[in-house]
Amino acid sequence: MKAAVLVFPGINRERDMARTLRLISGRDPAIIWHAETELPANTDLVVIPGGFSYGDYLRCGAIAARSPIMDAVRAYAAKGGLVLAVCNGFQIACEAGLLPGVLMRNARLKFICRDIFLKVERSDTPFTRGYNAGQVIRVPTAHGEGNYTADADTIARLEGEGRVIFRYVAPDGTRDPTFNVNGSTNAIAGIINERGNVLGMMPHPENHVEAAIGPTDGRGLFAGLVEALDRAA
Amino acid sequence: MIRNEPRITPELIAEHGLKADEYDRILKLIGREPSLTELGIFSAMWNEHCSYKSSKVHLRTLPTKGPWVIQGPGENAGVIDVGDGLACVFKMESHNHPSYIEPYQGAATGVGGILRDVFTMGARPIACLNALSFGSPLHPKTRHLVSGVVAGIGGYGNSFGVPTVGGSVRFHARYDGNCLVNAMAVGIARKDQIFYAAASGVGMPIVYLGSKTGRDGIHGASMASAEFGEDSEGKRPTVQVGDPFSEKLLLEACLEIMQKGCVIAIQDMGAAGLTCSAVEMGAKGDLGVTLDLDKVPCREEGMSAYEMMLSESQERMLMVLKPEKEKEAEAIFRKWGLDFAVVGETTPTKRFIVRHGGDVMADLPIKELGDQAPEYKRPFVHAAKLKEVDAESVQAPVGIVEALGKLLATPDLCSKRWVWEQYDHVILGNTVQRPGGDAAVVRIEDGPKGLALATDVTPRYCEADPFEGGKQAVAECWRNLTAVGARPLAVTDNLNFGNPERPEIMGQFVGCIRGIAEACKALDFPVVSGNVSLYNETNGRAILPTPSIGGVGLIDDFKKSATLAFKRADEAILLVGETTGWLGQSMYLREICGREEGGPPPVDLTEERENGDFVRALILDGTATAAHDLSDGGLLVGLAEMAMALGIGADLSAAPSDIPAHAHWFGEDQARYLVTVRTAQVDAVLARAKAANVPVWMIGKTGGDTLTLAGERPILVTILRERFEAWLPTYMAGEL
Repeated sequence: MKAAVLVFPGINRERDMARTLRLISGRDPAIIWHAETELPANTDLVVIPGGFSYGDYLRCGAIAARSPIMDAVRAYAAKGGLVLAVCNGFQIACEAGLLPGVLMRNARLKFICRDIFLKVERSDTPFTRGYNAGQVIRVPTAHGEGNYTADADTIARLEGEGRVIFRYVAPDGTRDPTFNVNGSTNAIAGIINERGNVLGMMPHPENHVEAAIGPTDGRGLFAGLVEALDRAA
Repeated sequence: MIRNEPRITPELIAEHGLKADEYDRILKLIGREPSLTELGIFSAMWNEHCSYKSSKVHLRTLPTKGPWVIQGPGENAGVIDVGDGLACVFKMESHNHPSYIEPYQGAATGVGGILRDVFTMGARPIACLNALSFGSPLHPKTRHLVSGVVAGIGGYGNSFGVPTVGGSVRFHARYDGNCLVNAMAVGIARKDQIFYAAASGVGMPIVYLGSKTGRDGIHGASMASAEFGEDSEGKRPTVQVGDPFSEKLLLEACLEIMQKGCVIAIQDMGAAGLTCSAVEMGAKGDLGVTLDLDKVPCREEGMSAYEMMLSESQERMLMVLKPEKEKEAEAIFRKWGLDFAVVGETTPTKRFIVRHGGDVMADLPIKELGDQAPEYKRPFVHAAKLKEVDAESVQAPVGIVEALGKLLATPDLCSKRWVWEQYDHVILGNTVQRPGGDAAVVRIEDGPKGLALATDVTPRYCEADPFEGGKQAVAECWRNLTAVGARPLAVTDNLNFGNPERPEIMGQFVGCIRGIAEACKALDFPVVSGNVSLYNETNGRAILPTPSIGGVGLIDDFKKSATLAFKRADEAILLVGETTGWLGQSMYLREICGREEGGPPPVDLTEERENGDFVRALILDGTATAAHDLSDGGLLVGLAEMAMALGIGADLSAAPSDIPAHAHWFGEDQARYLVTVRTAQVDAVLARAKAANVPVWMIGKTGGDTLTLAGERPILVTILRERFEAWLPTYMAGEL
């Protein structure tokens, strides 16, 4: 796997992401500064990590989405390149037009750091082939603005086209509003674009990959990606 | 020649918080009337917050050395050796007054300031903790303060990108009108790449880095050195505004230029901003400093020298650079979008000279500014010892099980989940033990070593008996680190007290320091950094004496650390340490009987050490399957916490006949732990205990879904947990 992790000023989970990619793929990712205009040749995964790009002082992700490197990322995605956008990365991807919708303030208006449960809706994407459809995984969230919403038509399309990949659920996999940590529409935690090569999600699979530290349910996402890329190569 | 406008009047001197005799000292020192800028500089350097003038003489009695101590008090933060060529850099600092006036920004900038102290020394911050004290939950401002302070701590730390992994939260009416916000930061540096404040070399460029200087925070340190009255809200303009985004950039830029070998000396601009940082760099290096304020990046036009020298705008640093590396350093700062300006140079004169608009605005002897600050041996009186509470005389108003349910739902003992879920405690991917246990454990880099971190103090003990209270704060911190399996290494102390000009307050301060010193010596737990916050009073009413202790311990293999949760059914529960049923100053006496009385439990430091070493050995050799220290609430509260963690109950033997049952279950005797071991190992453990002269009893077995005390009605662990979890969120929702 030849991954590239983007860094905008204020991004702060790039080290977590780089360590996880190294741990699972055996290879250090390239760290790409926002002012760059090109991705390294042969990049096969772009990761937009979490953090507070530009302090989130304007709408989350709005400034980063207009960085020079994002033109290269849009071109890369348009050619079918894989993009994983986590937390602030998800917000940036929405602002950059790579994914539909928007992430608003959490319904309870507070930042929440908590392990939550996600139902993996599909296992036939490059991002989720390490899981079974319907599987429930436990991963942490850490965000103040993860309340996903979009206009009714967009939500209907996302649901109709099976583009909701992760949903906040109770530990037994049932839909339960008390487990919808941020009040997202339809408890949406992660979606893919129409072509299926861009995934945006709020929770942090990269923080649950080492048994010595805690749960390891995040591994499947990265291990699946490595497998998908190896198979393609 | 220094212009002298306006004239220095007695009113102006008083407004600067300087006493008449302190002003005389200034006149003697410089041989003339100071300019307004100079008066401002003196007031910044000589206030209590920066000069420690009331506390210094006592702080010197604290043990600060140990084979693993690399840097004790006096630098931006303390430094200890954690092996493998790495050092741990840490400190705790208060931001009490600003947080009361403007809770979000006050707490946020408290976190920002302490993080800067740590990365100024070349360390990458890896964890934050805090110790928070709020007024009575019934006080109309308490909710607002809790909400704002917690949001501020989270807002800063989360954005900066450091996990906030632990801390403590308490409530007491004595903090009405003066909450305490003590923030601790911990970082890891390469042992051979630690940076200090002392400048060296003449003619070296002094560089200003970071955010621009604005008019915020002027007199912040002076504000923090005075009591509050009715007008405290009017002091809001003295509170700074935090910008964690800039701080994150500053961190990355600083670490980058340090790594490139550009830095001779570095000092963050904290309290008293440019003044304090420039004077310290020069004074510590036996050099003079000349500053040219026309070069200082300013947020607004027309700022005077006085304003620039006293501004406490955040996210700024001062650095002495290697001249040949200036261009390289500048390029790094420009890349991060930060200001970079050469604003002065070191000189051989030992004078602190400030120029602005072509004029010399200050010309002062640099060493004396710090060294010759007044130092007071303030009179103190020790309060009379309180009478011990005889457990036999305390009637139990409710049954044991009912009392437990009530205690778990009290503001001080209830779950603080509502607080720590607002802090990102998993970022960086190294948090082995999250908030809610005895101590947090974070992995160091890729392991296998880990650091255990905790903050502790029991202010009601300190109020009742400052000496025992000071000892207890240290002992409890040591115990918390031990209970996760770590070897306690060193502490940072954050001493929060009232007005030191009152002998009874000074008595509390002196007593607590004596207790802290004694415990730190006995436990080989030196103080390597700290902060003193005095004048925590409103309208003449002081806070409870609150010497927060932040401790750091080392565990060679973080995978061996113990947690407090009962792990499985049918394990033996062992109580380590003597139980006498000490009810004086206990939570039971206060919350169930409504009495805040008696002397606090005495701390026997020899027992602390023996019992702790015994428990640590059980953890590290894998014998203990769970471990928990006993403190607030006593034995039964400790047992309930172990049961609630994973929802596993326990069957417990009856209280011994020689102690009243409620004193047995809720007394707060010190030097105690609970551990669980496999039943097959009980005999071996008891034999080991006997050989080590450590008192250990088997008091029950894990299992089931209830806590069952012999002779009492069983109570479901889920019900206890509901009560434990409910109080704080319900209160914060305004439903209590």
